[in-house]
Amino acid sequence: MNNEHWTLEIKPKKHLLDIDLKGIWRYRDLYRMYVKRDIVTVYKQTILGPLWFLIQPIFTTIMYMFVFGGLAGISTDGAPQPLFYMSGIMLWNYFNSAFSVSSNVFTANAGVFGKVYFPRLVVPLAGITSNLIKFGIQLGLFIAMYIYYYAVGANLSINWTLLLFPFLIFLIAFHAMSWGLIISALTTKYRDLTQLVAFGMQLFMYATPVIYPLSAAPEKYRDLIALNPLTPIFEAFKYSCMGCGSLDGSGLLYSTVFMLITLFLAVVIFSRTERNFMDTV
Amino acid sequence: MSDIVIQFDHVGKLYKLGLVGTGSMVHDLNRWWQTSILRKEDPYLKIGETNDRSKKGNSDYVWALKDITFDVKQGDVVGIIGKNGAGKSTLLKLLSRVTSPTTGAIRAKGRIASLLEVGTGFHPELTGRENIYMNGSIMGMTRHEIDRKLDEIVDFAGVERYLDTPVKRYSSGMTVRLGFAVAAFLEPEILVVDEVLAVGDMEFQKKAIGKMQDVSKGEGRTVLFVSHNMNSIRILCNNGIVLKNGSIDYIGTSQECINYYTGNNISDLISYTKINNKEHRKNNDTFLREIEFLEAKLLNNPHEMGNDEPINIEIKLKRNDKSIKECQYTIAICDETDTQIETFITNPIEVPQTDNEFTLRLEISSHGLTKRRYYINLLAGTKDFSIGSRNYDRVENVLSFEVVYYQKRFNKEYLLWNKNWCPIVHHGDNIIIEKI
Repeated sequence: MNNEHWTLEIKPKKHLLDIDLKGIWRYRDLYRMYVKRDIVTVYKQTILGPLWFLIQPIFTTIMYMFVFGGLAGISTDGAPQPLFYMSGIMLWNYFNSAFSVSSNVFTANAGVFGKVYFPRLVVPLAGITSNLIKFGIQLGLFIAMYIYYYAVGANLSINWTLLLFPFLIFLIAFHAMSWGLIISALTTKYRDLTQLVAFGMQLFMYATPVIYPLSAAPEKYRDLIALNPLTPIFEAFKYSCMGCGSLDGSGLLYSTVFMLITLFLAVVIFSRTERNFMDTV
Repeated sequence: MSDIVIQFDHVGKLYKLGLVGTGSMVHDLNRWWQTSILRKEDPYLKIGETNDRSKKGNSDYVWALKDITFDVKQGDVVGIIGKNGAGKSTLLKLLSRVTSPTTGAIRAKGRIASLLEVGTGFHPELTGRENIYMNGSIMGMTRHEIDRKLDEIVDFAGVERYLDTPVKRYSSGMTVRLGFAVAAFLEPEILVVDEVLAVGDMEFQKKAIGKMQDVSKGEGRTVLFVSHNMNSIRILCNNGIVLKNGSIDYIGTSQECINYYTGNNISDLISYTKINNKEHRKNNDTFLREIEFLEAKLLNNPHEMGNDEPINIEIKLKRNDKSIKECQYTIAICDETDTQIETFITNPIEVPQTDNEFTLRLEISSHGLTKRRYYINLLAGTKDFSIGSRNYDRVENVLSFEVVYYQKRFNKEYLLWNKNWCPIVHHGDNIIIEKI
């Protein structure tokens, strides 16, 4: 009986490392459709459309200039304050939104997941991709501001490390997805974590050099902040376009290795959860 | 290699009842302790009870499916029947990999497409065209496949005019049509369909059933189909499975399964009944019963009524109103879905004036019924032109029998019975063919 050639076997447990990468490739058109859907539906029935993506960072930047730059007097390492805050905010926004789509994968898609099987990883992958659009719009604003400050002669030293930019975004995307997937797997049954995560993310922003340069952090906390795998990414970006802070090669390596390990863990946990989450979500 | 394409091997699915909360946390920790540390069996797998939703059980765990074993051959169309909560949908969910079994294994050959719902993944803001692509890719089609079939899909759904309108402006029927149309053009080796035909208008239902027949007959694909509509099961399926409280109750041809299920649902064949209000007058207790049914008896063998055999019925009645002089009797024959198939009405017959209780024998000399199970309803009444028509008494499901479709008298030549024939077939008596 069992020497027959079955193309599919559905069993209660599967091997820990049995990850359906081929399936994800086969469903690449679905990935494309999800990305397209997210992009198309986000502007529907709005008047300002994509402009909404600019209003939030502009106001946040102004707020930060007032609170952190003005009242608290935190240094920006010589870079113009609006540029400095804007760069941090747009990177953080991307991280945050990519994280939240990944961490809501199961709860937000329970309807579809309950009816059809396809490799569930397609959805978070599409989520981190479509969020790049929003990021791109904010990047456009940043570039416009950058050109303005360049023209008025601000002290901006652009350098070759800017070539690392796509890699930095790639790192942020997969850091966000890995953590998001782990959280999503942990929250399908017990929702307690979602409460923690919501304000945990707010706190975590202050543990990342978003509104301050690493050099402005007190000496005794600096090593602690450097342990945060996002720190080298934020620092590297600010270094590459504004020349402030430092490019820490070993830090980036650390961040990459950290990302690969969490990604692996996340995919293993996620594909274990996806088999039965419908019963508990 | 055999031609078995789906194999269920002792499949079970355990569900926890009640809410997820601290209780389930305690169970999870206990399970983890027993299985991972002590290396024992899962303590909660043992205590699950069979799934009878109407009774209160002792356990928090319930087997939605237990020990399901069966094979499906290439090209079979299997109808799955059962009451609500019998485990039909769980079975389809396991096969479509939406959730995984607790015990056992399911093996399959070829691509499985599941249609547990039509229009999965439809986004209200997207246009019809965009949703065709969205839904198609969720079902596992590639962009090129959809490109190729787009015209056919649109044509089948009949929504060409609305193709570039957001789906949120569609009527619910149109949304369903569009969803089914996409699914109809999937090309999987195995198609899993949950009751989706119950939507859409008549014309579309016909179209959908026709399409499903093409898929199974023309293209030789295997279909698993869940429905409460015995007629669509009869038309579409060749084999069937009856589920009851999570276990297999009966496996056989679709007709056998329908008979088993409907028979079980009501009762076995009845050839003699003492009429009572609770069973036979539950829908119409309002008649005055000037003439009242007391007993009914079928003189034929109820298990093998020939399609050409006269039906003989003996009924015992009681006259409660002495002024009634004559009465007409009606025999209505229904199928298992309570649809009236054929009605026979007698001429006015004189009511015996001597006794209060009397017995009548009625004979239906020729009926056109085909192979199936039937139920008899009886009605006594009259039509008097001075006061209009009125009924004295009506009783339902008093007798039942099964037409087996062979001739007890071999004086006519018939075709072999075909399961797609409708309940009544006339053999040549009402049709005249002329040779030109």
